Amino acid sequence: MGVRNPVTWLGSPVFPKAAHEALADTQLRRNLRKATTTIRTKRAGVVAELDDWERLRQAGEAIKDDVLANLDTYLVRLEKAVTARGGVVHWARDAEEANRIVLDLVRAEGADEVVKVKSMATAEIGLNEALEAGGVRAVETDLAELIVQLGDDRPSHILVPAIHRNRAEIRDVFRRGMAEEPASDEPRDLAEAARRHLRRKFLSAKVAISGANFAVADTGSIVVVESEGNGRMCLTLPETLITVMGIEKLVPSWQDLEVFLQLLPRSSTAERMNPYTSVWSGVTPGDGPRRFHLVLLDNGRTATLADQVGRQALRCIRCSACLNVCPVYERTGGQAYGSVYPGPIGAILAPQLAGDMHDEQAASLPYASSLCGACYEVCPVRINIPEVLTHLRAEAVRAKGKRTPEAIAMAAAAWVFADPKRYEAAQKAGSLSRLLARDGRIKRLPGPGAKWTDSRDAPAVPKESFRAWWRKNHVQRS
Amino acid sequence: MFSARDEILARIRAVNRASPVPIPRDYERTRTVPDVLGLLDERVTDYKAIVHRVAEAQLPDRIADRLALRSVSTMAVPSDVPPEWRVPAVTWLPDEPPLPLAELDTVDGVLTGCAVAIAETGTIVLDAGAGQGRRMLSLVPDYHLCVVRADQVVTSVPEALARLEPGRPLTFISGPSATSDIELDRVEGVHGPRTLEVLIAT
Ligand code: SF4
Repeated sequence: MGVRNPVTWLGSPVFPKAAHEALADTQLRRNLRKATTTIRTKRAGVVAELDDWERLRQAGEAIKDDVLANLDTYLVRLEKAVTARGGVVHWARDAEEANRIVLDLVRAEGADEVVKVKSMATAEIGLNEALEAGGVRAVETDLAELIVQLGDDRPSHILVPAIHRNRAEIRDVFRRGMAEEPASDEPRDLAEAARRHLRRKFLSAKVAISGANFAVADTGSIVVVESEGNGRMCLTLPETLITVMGIEKLVPSWQDLEVFLQLLPRSSTAERMNPYTSVWSGVTPGDGPRRFHLVLLDNGRTATLADQVGRQALRCIRCSACLNVCPVYERTGGQAYGSVYPGPIGAILAPQLAGDMHDEQAASLPYASSLCGACYEVCPVRINIPEVLTHLRAEAVRAKGKRTPEAIAMAAAAWVFADPKRYEAAQKAGSLSRLLARDGRIKRLPGPGAKWTDSRDAPAVPKESFRAWWRKNHVQRS
Repeated sequence: MFSARDEILARIRAVNRASPVPIPRDYERTRTVPDVLGLLDERVTDYKAIVHRVAEAQLPDRIADRLALRSVSTMAVPSDVPPEWRVPAVTWLPDEPPLPLAELDTVDGVLTGCAVAIAETGTIVLDAGAGQGRRMLSLVPDYHLCVVRADQVVTSVPEALARLEPGRPLTFISGPSATSDIELDRVEGVHGPRTLEVLIAT
């Protein structure tokens, strides 16, 4: 250990600073507002169709709590079931170990390219970068991930990682990154371009890498939920399939899926059911991959489990409903959170997985909220996000030593974010960004915020902006 | 030295965990609707799939109509679909021995049955059982014609899962492949079949 957990991005500015930059990007905000407004309305509609929605949420919460209470038993049970069906189970303490396991498996197949279906777990551990360093190219096949990858960008949403890009920007990214350029910037033509670009890769790939939405301990069944069919391609065509999943992705029994297959699609894409769900158990002769490896990932999860308040974050099924209702997320976008897990869930999960409240960036994340509670209301597994945020803020304060300029900027933002009324006042008075440093000074806060800035001559925050950091980081990576 | 497995399990066991919680299952496990086939029709259509209701005896005629309308000439098919489904005027390529991937990529479409259909969500489930074939058969061709028998249709997700066998490879299909990744505008047709046509046989 002692190695940094890549769940938060190295060198990301603290949240208020990153948020400030994002707030200045009007295109980003327009894209985000349009997208989140659309999906919020759709979600409300499909949720209202089910009379028993609240009861399903309660069942979802209880099933996941049961998983956390008996995690060791269920993991061992899953391992047994997968092994009995011809799969091989690996365990990884942290990102580095998981990456090494996967790289070794890919090398053993003699492959220098793998196809990937979108997975939060592999993004969390920085698998693509680790494979690249080991001479293996990881091809993202989910449309949004492809946009992010070809644009040498970072994801900004759990479900729709390229939500910050509009069609014109996507067309440009594709023009630069594909052999055949898209016919127009119509979504249909852009999807067609992606189809042609990836077809040959699917048909020739030897190894695929996926995540998992659920794993059934009793039966060893793994579930992947998707829309485009790139998942099905990855899960059925290559000879070898490697699945990386967090240890909390379990459900105890087959029957439990009846709860989550209702909760997840309606909460995430706001559909009654997503286009494709694949379920498999180990290896099926004559149908699909001949070799199946399951990598069970800890990477900060057992430490999170040890926190009696914070552990509820492990119930998360990554639906992203909390992002779409969050007023802070809607204005700042996902990249400001400096982690693969943005939005309300990111604010409570990323710092816990990173496990280091002395890290200022991680410690700033629990402040990325106005505590309005909208996230808790929509969460299909009833994670009390405001409760965990408050709890983690106390920890961040405890971990904090001297007050650096960063810390004061953070506190300024926190002070406004902490109270919905102050937040609203700041909003009404103009832009939220006013409460954050601009031109090297923290401006006077409007309305009630003025009191805070008046009593302190707030010093400048360091010069480097999120954008500047972003560009620099890109050059280094490419 | 501890293995990663031992260490992770030991970390979990060191944690003071809550005592197990009873799981409330007072949600609706079964639901009744007046016209389950009508609901399936409506919900599958909602995903921009094409749906037809047809009397069992008319199935071969309907299959022939649909394929003629699309000017289909080659169709992949699991070798065990009912023989009368393989209507004349189309070249049928049974998946026995398994069709090479490159060939599957050039056929005009695939015809399969299914295991279960869920009316409420407009979902068809394939379990690689009778008349369905291996998973890639219904994935690689660009057009999927699927026959659903009335007795395979249930109302809710829990009813469907109760009918399925977890050990089998399962594919839940709700409409043609789609993406909402560009400005959350739904576009039908990415990597999976871009056209899904369903015949509900009664
Ligand atoms: S915290 Fe809840 S709402 Fe947010 S992504 Fe996780 S499950 Fe969904």
